[in-house]
Amino acid sequence: MNFGFSEEQNLLRDQVARFMQEACPMGKVRELSQSDSRMDAALWKQAAELGWLGLTVPEQYGGLGLKWIDLTVVLEELGKGLSPLPMASHALACAALLECATEDKLEQWLPMMVAGDAVCTLALYDEPNWIDPRAITATAAIDGETVTLSGVKPFVNDALAATHFIFAVRTTDGLGLATVAREQITVNAQPLMDPTKGMGSISLDGVTMPSEYVFPMSEAQLEYLTDCGAMATTAEMVGAADAILELTSSYAKERIQFGKPIGQYQGVKHRLAEMYVDVESFKSLCYYAAWTVDDARDEMPRAVSLAKGYASDAFAQIGIDGVGLHGAIGFTAEYDAQLYLKRSKWARPMYGDSDYHLDRVAALGGL
Amino acid sequence: MDFDYTPEEQAFREEVRSFLKDNLPPKGERPKDFLKTWLEQVREKGWVGFSWPKEFGGSDGGLIEQTILREEMALAKAPPLGTSFMGLAWVGPGIMQYGTEAQKQKFIPDILDSKVTWCTGYSEPNHGSDLAAIQCKAVKDGDHYVVNGQKIWTTGAPWSQWIILLVRTDFEVESKHDGITCLLVPMDSEGLEVRPIENMAGDKHFAEIFFTDVRVPIDNRLGDEGEGWNVTVSALANERSSIGEVTQMFEKLDNLKELVRSTRKQGKPASEDPDVRRTIARFEMKIAAMKYNGLRYLTKQIKGEPLTSETSVNKLHRASLEIEMDDFAVALNGEAGLQLSGGEAAIDGGTWSKSALNWPNVVIGGGTPNIQKNIIAERILGQPKD
Repeated sequence: MNFGFSEEQNLLRDQVARFMQEACPMGKVRELSQSDSRMDAALWKQAAELGWLGLTVPEQYGGLGLKWIDLTVVLEELGKGLSPLPMASHALACAALLECATEDKLEQWLPMMVAGDAVCTLALYDEPNWIDPRAITATAAIDGETVTLSGVKPFVNDALAATHFIFAVRTTDGLGLATVAREQITVNAQPLMDPTKGMGSISLDGVTMPSEYVFPMSEAQLEYLTDCGAMATTAEMVGAADAILELTSSYAKERIQFGKPIGQYQGVKHRLAEMYVDVESFKSLCYYAAWTVDDARDEMPRAVSLAKGYASDAFAQIGIDGVGLHGAIGFTAEYDAQLYLKRSKWARPMYGDSDYHLDRVAALGGL
Repeated sequence: MDFDYTPEEQAFREEVRSFLKDNLPPKGERPKDFLKTWLEQVREKGWVGFSWPKEFGGSDGGLIEQTILREEMALAKAPPLGTSFMGLAWVGPGIMQYGTEAQKQKFIPDILDSKVTWCTGYSEPNHGSDLAAIQCKAVKDGDHYVVNGQKIWTTGAPWSQWIILLVRTDFEVESKHDGITCLLVPMDSEGLEVRPIENMAGDKHFAEIFFTDVRVPIDNRLGDEGEGWNVTVSALANERSSIGEVTQMFEKLDNLKELVRSTRKQGKPASEDPDVRRTIARFEMKIAAMKYNGLRYLTKQIKGEPLTSETSVNKLHRASLEIEMDDFAVALNGEAGLQLSGGEAAIDGGTWSKSALNWPNVVIGGGTPNIQKNIIAERILGQPKD
């Protein structure tokens, strides 16, 4: 029984934290948020060199062959600094390929992905707020050696940065994953509440390619990939929630009103304590869920839903209160608190909001 | 990170399970004097005061073994491991740390043998959460202290034989934490009067205690004069893994789900109501969070990292769950939910309605939620004190 991190994992955490402080501090995050791609080639290369782009990819494809709990450490630290780098999407694309792609494609693509020569993303559902196979409406018509795609992928995460896309599609035989290069499509950038996340809408109409680029995907695989998405999102939420709590807690110690630091008033300190209770709690659930991905797959659906179900609402409230406890300064664009509030808005519906996950917990728990 | 147990730990779990299988009849099939037999048996196994040093009659049980023992006991719905609850929780540990040789010999065995029940005289009429501000007074007179004053909300006072009592021996101190002394006092002392207080559930678990010239031998002082605050703090810091509690709460959740499955709301099965389903899922979410918080803190302890005040996190979850789960069960059943034991439509024999009136035992007894929030804000987040 050991529910803690290893020495190596702690070193990895320190490494990512240092990367965020030195190479991607808040000034850089803001700069990237204003850019068309949300991407910085040098940072991406650095991440690749540090091995982060192939963390969960088996060594035979050039990765580090580590586990989701290690990936969680990285995503948590990136989330602390609101990194706009498409690390989670890239990891999800790796997971999707490992789950569904043929061996020859894995050998062909994964080494490029690990090396950072490609920036990849995964887009599953086409209807907002609906986690269900029926919410995949884009289609792939396979005709012998050729496949023709149609429909729209309206909510593609990190679409502005991606060079390659993996789209969930409907085929005549069921569900599938279609892999598409950026040259074949046009990305329409979508303005978002959270400027650090670059979402795009992509029309697939008229895209044709060899049918070997479409892989069958079972509903169970779709569920697993959705859970991986919820897992990655929750890891980022843990880091971001920690950071806004730290920011707000520090401010409460310094801000003097009526002759005292505002953190001395119970209206403020008790809310901070409640934020701490929530962050600690969905952090514990997140770590447990991350462990189940590789070590207890049959417990993964419930574990992920407990974590994401808790984090979705709690982080949203922490974002609001983090800004609110600051008073007017928190409302300004210049101050960073608002960026965390915006991240909490982004994270809430990703791969299922709390209603979805709580319903799932109820069903899995025998109701 | 792994959730596996070593072969030794696994073997210990098997030992506990097989003991329970052989010696614990199902609830309802236990003979009237079963508790007595049980207490002797678990004492024999060394499971009463399991974590205590062997020299005092404990087993030196490690943190993981303690967790396993508590978890298995809770799963089996076993009677408690010893009935001297406060004796086991903090009076015993306090005596082992601060007591004289004579005190250790006099008090420790009786606690382990469940022969003596202790109560805790901390709160006073004007000082509950503000524990250090006590006024109950003790003055030295020869080889005795003479105690005058009042305690209140003393749980178990009506049936306890001894009380661990905080008194003020010095009023001329700069810090209110100084000048406090800890005394061990027999409840049948001359001048000590217990007046039970009825609580809102109709029980008389706690009491007021009046002290009028109660003479306590100096030999019954625990720790040095004026050191009472340290004795208390170190005793209360004897925090245990909350895993047994979590197992009980999962069990309560199962009962609640069972209730939902058998209840109709507005003419339809309650289990189809989205609000009902999500409320239950939220309970599960919080209990699971308690479980994994507990394991994370346990891991910290095992690695020798100091726990600051993290256990307040689970206390706050527990407090809200204690209130909300029973209240939800009562509300779900409408008029029938209101009925107490004996009512024709009482739900589950009135256990939910009774329990819904008993939450202050846990929620206020262990330090109010507001105090827990102060602890987290001040000791963990470093906010200034009130």
